[in-house]
Amino acid sequence: MKHLLSDSIVITKRQILQLARIPELLIFSTIQPVMFVLLFRFVFGGSIQTSQPGGYVQLLMPGIFVQTVAFTLAATASGLAQDMTKGLIDRFRSLPISRGALVIGRTFGDALLNILVLAVMAAAGFAVGWRPTSGFTRVALGFLFLFSFGYALSWIGIYVGLVVRDARVVQNVGFLVTFPMTFLSNAFAPTTGMPRALQYVAEWNPVSSMVAACRQLFGLKNEFGATATSWPSQHPLETSLLYIIILMAIFIPLSVRKYANSSS
Amino acid sequence: MKTVTAEHLIKSYNKGEVRALDDLSIDVTEGTVLGVLGPNGAGKTTTVRVLATLLKPDSGSAHVAGIDVIKHPDKVREVIGLSGQYAAVDETLTGWDNLVMFGRLYHLGKQESINRANDLLERFSLTESARRTIKSYSGGMRRRLDLAASLIVQPKVLFLDEPTTGLDPRGRMEMWGVIEELVTGGVTVLLTTQYLEEADQLADEIAVIDHGKVIARGTSDVLKRQVGGERLEITVENSEVVKVQEIVARISAHAPHIEGRTVSAPVSTGSTALIEALRALDEVSIHPLDIGLKRPSLDDVFLSLTGHVAEETVSQPVKRKRGGKR
Repeated sequence: MKHLLSDSIVITKRQILQLARIPELLIFSTIQPVMFVLLFRFVFGGSIQTSQPGGYVQLLMPGIFVQTVAFTLAATASGLAQDMTKGLIDRFRSLPISRGALVIGRTFGDALLNILVLAVMAAAGFAVGWRPTSGFTRVALGFLFLFSFGYALSWIGIYVGLVVRDARVVQNVGFLVTFPMTFLSNAFAPTTGMPRALQYVAEWNPVSSMVAACRQLFGLKNEFGATATSWPSQHPLETSLLYIIILMAIFIPLSVRKYANSSS
Repeated sequence: MKTVTAEHLIKSYNKGEVRALDDLSIDVTEGTVLGVLGPNGAGKTTTVRVLATLLKPDSGSAHVAGIDVIKHPDKVREVIGLSGQYAAVDETLTGWDNLVMFGRLYHLGKQESINRANDLLERFSLTESARRTIKSYSGGMRRRLDLAASLIVQPKVLFLDEPTTGLDPRGRMEMWGVIEELVTGGVTVLLTTQYLEEADQLADEIAVIDHGKVIARGTSDVLKRQVGGERLEITVENSEVVKVQEIVARISAHAPHIEGRTVSAPVSTGSTALIEALRALDEVSIHPLDIGLKRPSLDDVFLSLTGHVAEETVSQPVKRKRGGKR
């Protein structure tokens, strides 16, 4: 147990080294979010009307930030699944390393990757007109929220990776989870246009709370329809924080236990 | 002293349908190499996985260097090295990266990990490719690196699970050289293999396992003797076969076996029989194409013990799970 942190850091370093040895990996994981920024900004941006000062890009960026950290769930899952299926896991297990180090190390690595990706996206957003107006502290707090949300989701990724085990299947499962989760939300279009029932689904979606929380922290007004009086709509910050805590409280112990039992 | 002991290990899969280990007991004497020989699905890998703390048996006990494998797996992990059937290294990293990382995970200091990595790369002739990613390594190089990784902290016991399976003859010879060198260093080794030749070459003692049980145990000489003694074998021109048959029959006191131009029969007097045969041949002016005492190979041993040859896997139930390999 006394080596848990140092062992985890060795595993994290391994992930960073992998990125250094295969730089394409890093390039593609940052190109994709930048591509989303440009696509949504210039393809849909023109046709979505908004009363927000500064235009659609102000609403869009929080949505894309949240979507991007959510997508890393799949990367975490498939990376871990790859480790689990190759002989490498046997080597790790036969070493005197702390039990949770392999999964904890990976969540650290993905968290670092998230920081980098968020920074690249923020720069891309800035280049296409995104200007948060709430001041440094609140913007920084917004990014802290995004980072924490990404970290919580990476534990879902760990769990998926341990349960599914086949890296190719994991990719699909990750996609199946994250795609509806990010689109059935207020991330790209206001929920007010959705059927009433769906508005409620979208509103209780953690992604929506996160997007709403970021918009609020970046100095924007949220737009709600049928759900305007619901608790998540009125308290996006608290709801997001709660979701982050709940996700971690469920998936960290679940994953650690799954990992400990996963070979016999 | 026994460095590795396993007693009455049982491990089944699919709710007891498949018994990978069926009351298997095995031990390895300190400083020796035990070759665990058996076909695919015999339980070799499962045995190694239990002893290397990767798998808990359903019942039975196992000790490595005096430590209970089931009760104190963490302590066992500090004294063992494991090199598996597939190279268990990170393919996206370089050889050097891998060894340094494993050194750190053995809780060596940073500089110590680096020194150890450099030493091992040198020792396994991998220095030149140290900075290349594993993806560019040949099968033999991967296995060598894998073996190097299992030696970062000088282990008391080394488990080698089919260290040469899938290697070409050259890779296999290289690997054998490396293993032989290790053994002279005094480490206790449990080596599984499906190559009889390999067990013969590397192991002090051989345990033959089949269907999760040890079915024979001993040095390769003892096992070979168990199958039968030496045979006198003489190959001559076709026209001389009949004459040679008479000579062999006289020396052996058994009816000779004839296969093409080769005449053979069991003998109990060893080299004396050979000298006798040469004299007799010389008297009648027959110059044999080949003559020698043939001892049974481990192939013969395996065949006579199990009723099937070692490489044959077709006779195994199709769904037989190979000891937790995924």
